[in-house]
Amino acid sequence: MRKEVRIAGFGGQGVILAGIIIGRAASIYDGINAVQTQSYGPEARGGASRTEIVISDEEISYPKVSNPDILVAMSHEALIKYLDDLKDEGILIIDPDLINEEDIEDFVKEHEIKVYRARATKTATEEIGLRIVANIVMIGAITNITKIISLDAAKDAIVASVPKGTEEKNIKAFEAGYALNS
Amino acid sequence: MFIQGNEACARGAIKAGCRFFAGYPITPSTEVAEELARILPNYGGSFVQMEDEIAALGAIIGASWSGLKVMTSTSGPGFSLMQENIGYGQITETPLVIINVQRGSPSTGQPTMAAQGDMMQARWGSHGDYEPIALSPSSVQECFDFTIKAFNLSEKYRVPVIILTDEIIGHMREKITIPDEVKVTKREMPQEKPEDFLPFKADENGTSPMVPFGEGYNIHVTGLTHDERGYPDTSSPKAHSKLVKRLCNKVLNNRESIVSVEEEFCDDADIILISYGAPYRSVSAVVKKGRSEGINLGSLKINTPWPFPESQVLKAAEKAKDLVVVEMNLGQMVHEVESVARDKANIHLISKIGGELHKVEDILSKIREL
Repeated sequence: MRKEVRIAGFGGQGVILAGIIIGRAASIYDGINAVQTQSYGPEARGGASRTEIVISDEEISYPKVSNPDILVAMSHEALIKYLDDLKDEGILIIDPDLINEEDIEDFVKEHEIKVYRARATKTATEEIGLRIVANIVMIGAITNITKIISLDAAKDAIVASVPKGTEEKNIKAFEAGYALNS
Repeated sequence: MFIQGNEACARGAIKAGCRFFAGYPITPSTEVAEELARILPNYGGSFVQMEDEIAALGAIIGASWSGLKVMTSTSGPGFSLMQENIGYGQITETPLVIINVQRGSPSTGQPTMAAQGDMMQARWGSHGDYEPIALSPSSVQECFDFTIKAFNLSEKYRVPVIILTDEIIGHMREKITIPDEVKVTKREMPQEKPEDFLPFKADENGTSPMVPFGEGYNIHVTGLTHDERGYPDTSSPKAHSKLVKRLCNKVLNNRESIVSVEEEFCDDADIILISYGAPYRSVSAVVKKGRSEGINLGSLKINTPWPFPESQVLKAAEKAKDLVVVEMNLGQMVHEVESVARDKANIHLISKIGGELHKVEDILSKIREL
């Protein structure tokens, strides 16, 4: 079964690293297939930033994402830019503190989008004391909500991907995200 | 490992024995250089950032003659600058590998978008008659595998070998497996003593062992037409013809052992899609989807655009009524397909420029119209 995931936010939030970690978790630690791509346009500098992951138990031919099953929005700008592409009845995960939900109410209703709220930035700042781990908190939320990667694979991929010496903080951030009750 | 295509090229180079890299960073190839800057010193190798791409190719040619396996990486604008020295590499029979991660062009074009616009430049970009070898990977694993193959071909035939990849394959991440042991072609020293050895004497089909500077042999390397000693002989029609024909024939006469293609579902196909590099990823999905709809599609994936796999394309033309070339340019390799197969099958082009991969549905809808 092919699943397409798009994570979008603004440059500096670590959305690309989040995509790499999810791809690594799926392909290396869960042993299924994954391809990760990212936008390399000029918007990667400060403006919108996005990464895409295709996960499948079959061989992945077409590597790009056009209509994601799962959209994760970490900024309002990204949400508005990419919401239209989300599949009907798709999963939308938002960081509610960075988003004005009123703007998407009609779309969500019309397309029967399943909306989940994960306060990644607030959790990172208040529980971990480090705003920059919001991306890792979000991976925790994505893992719990979507089950596209396993809990153990996610943790192993985080440890393999973050700078040495920061593993403990990042795993704590992941667990806080996993525990978020959305 | 879960890494980018560009990083896989760098890892493949190390595995093949590359110990010298000179280059100038350019999007979308920079990660090749970055990765090698990081890891080459761990293997006793050297990384040099040059002032431009002309110098980069000059530096690796020199390093190759010092006995090292060498590589550079670039994209279109840098590849243009390298053309002069590619010809020098050809006539001096210098083993080297160039990674060209193609982007939107001409000129500086689209630095962050993919294209396959340099296919003919790789074939004819430098002046004169020569036969390049080029490989086009379609996955991160192939970036690793083909880079090793490029080094082996380069050493075996003493020619520059080009990896013609693109932004999509270069920047995407997939899992790759790095084997403990890979087949690596080593540079061999001649049997003859220095006083008996002719560095540019070879059979009509072949090449001679490459002796680096500093081993006691008398080595003269020149871009001028030269004799078997390597000394200039520029006004003899016979000497020139003998040299240039030998250089071309060492690739052409070994075409069947150099070329590599992969066929899928070709035996009963009415329509065969021909692709190389990133578009193969779309084609592969198109073939599966088309077959599920009852259209008998097949795929011929070209791993080695140069030398062009003539007999393999001809075979496809004898099987299928229609050949469809899918490429990210306005039609380059389609000319080769036409020259080989126009009498045997209808040839079509599905071209795309702008930087994005062909969408599966876009290809299918064009095929349904055939």
